[in-house]
Amino acid sequence: MNPFSSPTRLRDMIRAIRACKTAAEERAVVRKECAAIRASINENDQDYMHRNLAKLMFIHMLGYPTHFGQMECLKLIASPGFPEKRMGYLGLMLLLDERQEVLMLVTNSLKQDLNHTNQYIVGLALCALGNICSAEMARDLAPEVERLLHFRDPNIRKKAALCSARIVRKVPDLAENFVNPATALLREKHHGVLITGVQLCTELCKISSEALEHVRKKCTEGLVRTLKDLANSPYSPEYDVSGFTDPFLHIRLLRLLRVLGEGDADASDSMNDILAQVATKIETNKIIGNAILYECVQTIMSVEDNGGLRVLAINILGRFLLHQDNNIRYVGLNMLMKAVTADAQAVQRHRATILERIKDSDASIRKRALELVCILVNETNVKALTKELVDYLEVSDPDFREDLTAKICSIVSKFSAEKIWYIDQMLKVLSEAGNFVKDEIWHALIVAISNASELHGYTVRALYKAFQMSAEQETLVRVAVWCIGEYGDILINNVGMLDIEDPLTVTESDVVDVVEIALKRHASDLTTKSMALVALLKLSARLPSCSERIREIIVQYKGNLVLELQQRSIEFNLIIAKHQNIRPTLVERMPALDEVTFIARRARSLPDAALTPTGPSVGLPNGVARPEAPIVDLLDINSDDAPVPSSSGGDLLQDLLGVDLSLASQKSDASQPSKNGTDVLLDLLSIGSPSAPTESPTQSNSSTINILSPKASKKVPLSPLDDLSSLSLSSKATSNAGAATTMDLLDGFAPSPSTEENNKLVYPSITAFESSSLRLVFNFSKQPGNPQTTNIQATFRNLTSNVYTDFVFQAAVPKFLQLHLDPASGNTLPASGNGSITQNMKVTNSLHGKKSLVMRIKIAYKINGKDSHEEGQINNFPRDL
Amino acid sequence: NNNSFWLQIHFVLLISRQGKVRLTKWYSPYSQKERSKVIRELSGVIISRAPKLCNFVEWRGFKVVYKRYASLYFCICNDQEDNELETLAIIHHYVETLDRYFGSVCELDLIFNFHKAYFILDEILLAGAMQETSKRTTLRLIGAQEDLVEAAKEEASSLSNIIAQATK
Repeated sequence: MNPFSSPTRLRDMIRAIRACKTAAEERAVVRKECAAIRASINENDQDYMHRNLAKLMFIHMLGYPTHFGQMECLKLIASPGFPEKRMGYLGLMLLLDERQEVLMLVTNSLKQDLNHTNQYIVGLALCALGNICSAEMARDLAPEVERLLHFRDPNIRKKAALCSARIVRKVPDLAENFVNPATALLREKHHGVLITGVQLCTELCKISSEALEHVRKKCTEGLVRTLKDLANSPYSPEYDVSGFTDPFLHIRLLRLLRVLGEGDADASDSMNDILAQVATKIETNKIIGNAILYECVQTIMSVEDNGGLRVLAINILGRFLLHQDNNIRYVGLNMLMKAVTADAQAVQRHRATILERIKDSDASIRKRALELVCILVNETNVKALTKELVDYLEVSDPDFREDLTAKICSIVSKFSAEKIWYIDQMLKVLSEAGNFVKDEIWHALIVAISNASELHGYTVRALYKAFQMSAEQETLVRVAVWCIGEYGDILINNVGMLDIEDPLTVTESDVVDVVEIALKRHASDLTTKSMALVALLKLSARLPSCSERIREIIVQYKGNLVLELQQRSIEFNLIIAKHQNIRPTLVERMPALDEVTFIARRARSLPDAALTPTGPSVGLPNGVARPEAPIVDLLDINSDDAPVPSSSGGDLLQDLLGVDLSLASQKSDASQPSKNGTDVLLDLLSIGSPSAPTESPTQSNSSTINILSPKASKKVPLSPLDDLSSLSLSSKATSNAGAATTMDLLDGFAPSPSTEENNKLVYPSITAFESSSLRLVFNFSKQPGNPQTTNIQATFRNLTSNVYTDFVFQAAVPKFLQLHLDPASGNTLPASGNGSITQNMKVTNSLHGKKSLVMRIKIAYKINGKDSHEEGQINNFPRDL
Repeated sequence: NNNSFWLQIHFVLLISRQGKVRLTKWYSPYSQKERSKVIRELSGVIISRAPKLCNFVEWRGFKVVYKRYASLYFCICNDQEDNELETLAIIHHYVETLDRYFGSVCELDLIFNFHKAYFILDEILLAGAMQETSKRTTLRLIGAQEDLVEAAKEEASSLSNIIAQATK
């Protein structure tokens, strides 16, 4: 029976598959074929095995599972005929990988075939072994392969050589067995044997230092001669590639010489001449010539330094950069990058060429060139290089801008010793590519500006001008807004004019215009808008004549949908309207931000930054989401010179409140040197909470509020302070009591006439429940215009020395009341009043004015895992809630 | 530190412009699952690459050198340190050998005679290294092996003829 006349031939199956119009059709054809092949396998049909496997390989390449054919490979390999074996070995290499157990079964067949009388069958076995051999097979078959290195036919010797390379790579211990036969191969004339012998020797030298010593001593001269002969050989059609005789052998000889010359001056010396000859004589108009040259350069850079050769090599790479073929430009840059460590001076000479490559049409070359330029930057060339880079920023590809911006920023900040240059470059970057500038970069810029007091005027004027030109760059807008808020008065008065500046006429209303534009700009995000509001507040004090206009702008945001802006708007409005007397102190010019602290903080925050996505402005703008960011300081109304508390808790508290409350609560005695603003707050705190100093340091901003209010309720006439707690309720709802609290405190402190009208909405706190173990205090507030609804903030305090866990508060009200309970601030109540749990609730009284509130409560918690609960009824609500 | 200095080809891929695999040759251990992942990933990267870019793609710490011939992408995955320009020459060497064998080779030749494309590659590269740099030698060896296959075929058919006649 003729095996080539069976139902579907390989060709027909391929045709059928190619005729399929949809993936589903293809699947159907493949399924049918696979079924037929399986059936044939099950019948153990010898005649079709060969063809089945060919089909399976094609199906495999299409991505279908073909594991059921694996055993067929082994069967074919075990069969006696050459065609079967050939297909079997091909299937083995394609369908199996070296990790599969099945492979172990083939070792025996391989062994037999390696000893076969037919050299082509030996060749098949060597090929399969070389491509997929595992460590076990390597051990088992190494003697056979070693023997084949002496086989009479060179085509088997070359296969055996590469097989040996694979074997020693898998099992390095076997290296010594191969050293002698391998070095013998280096004397062969047959190119195939020679090139494989060279590769085997390279492999051996990399694995074993003894082999390296041996080859270095015995073969270096011979290899140099071989390379010389090859380089000088006349045209030979068999090995010619574009005019070069066997460039592949060329390259591999150079590579072996590299291994031999590395770390050995004598060997390096002996190859000097030939390296110089290759480096100078090779024609470079063909890509293959450049491949040889490239290899030669790599060898020169690796072997021991011998004077002019390295400079010659780096000059070759410089020429690569000018080549019209971008592949050659690419390898040139790649190699220069490595060469920088060997000879930075020689690479510097090609700086201009490298800089040109930043403008390459090929993105991967641009990226590489940029990296290389960054390596080359030093004090002497930084200005020129930065200028080039910044100039290029204007015209660069949008895709490339992000990389470029980041690199320029890192260069500029690395060499930021000269402040005016640093500020200039940063402003250029912000104007060109501000949207790509990362937060920490512009934060650092603000820190630097605040420290350069002699440049405040210059900077704010430059920013004012830049804003007019590039208001679409978010980070530029932010820095401009901050600086204008901070130094608005300097801007108008042209204070600190430098010689290089042109005079600028800016009126007070121009200044406010800029901030207003930033605030109302459609594209501005929350951070920018919040910064603009703060800037306006500052300007209201710096430019008194615009105060009313600023207030009007601010007031527009009191109904803003974003709570943050709404809250700021209301607070700032109050400050401008009611607290003229303290406003200048509040928004006094910020002292220079401590650069050292900032850098330390940034270093600390960097690991975090790597974990969190650094998308623009995710968090809330006053830094609640990112307490480490210096923007916190930007809002810092009264950052004084006191060192930043080292504990992160204190840090956070300070950041959140925007004033140095941690200092105040830890030490309220006046011995601490502090500025006016802090004094105000200290006074306030000592009025509001006379016992505050005896409290342990406060843990969080919410507990600060809560400490203040209940204590106060017992002592002093309540109205102003209740205002405090009532407002703080609303701010707590945003879980963002930061600056709001400060404002509330101030508001409570100020003996302003408006307390009278506020009074209507203010109720004294009550101790709603008290037992030997627990105290519960309620604070009340009402929304104006909604008398029926009362907001209650419940504060629980543990009076025992045991920690309460799993703390749950439940409340019930009669039908005429509606109760809404927010989640509690926690479920663990620390012992001895060292902290508290707060919980907000909202009670709506449908019989407001007729009936008072009443509430039944149940409090459950665990002490050391033991359940405990307390119940009670609260009847002592203020009457008109 | 020497181990970081292997210079070997890890795999060779032939992918059509439509993303169909025409040849895969693995010289480093990749499980079947990894292989299909690699093919998927790389064909996406290479086919979608803009035409005027250089022929090197950095990929998972390796360097993939590719070159397009008509509708086929020839890709070779190398170690980072390897000579990319030479790898391009190896690809060209393979293509020229195929061209001589098939006589102006086209994608269809490589589809219907995919096994021959493998056999030729196996005579040029072995264990991820260069085995033979002479096209003539490569083709002579391929020819000799095809003669063996033909001889076996004839023997089989004459054998089946004898059997057929004997059983008539």
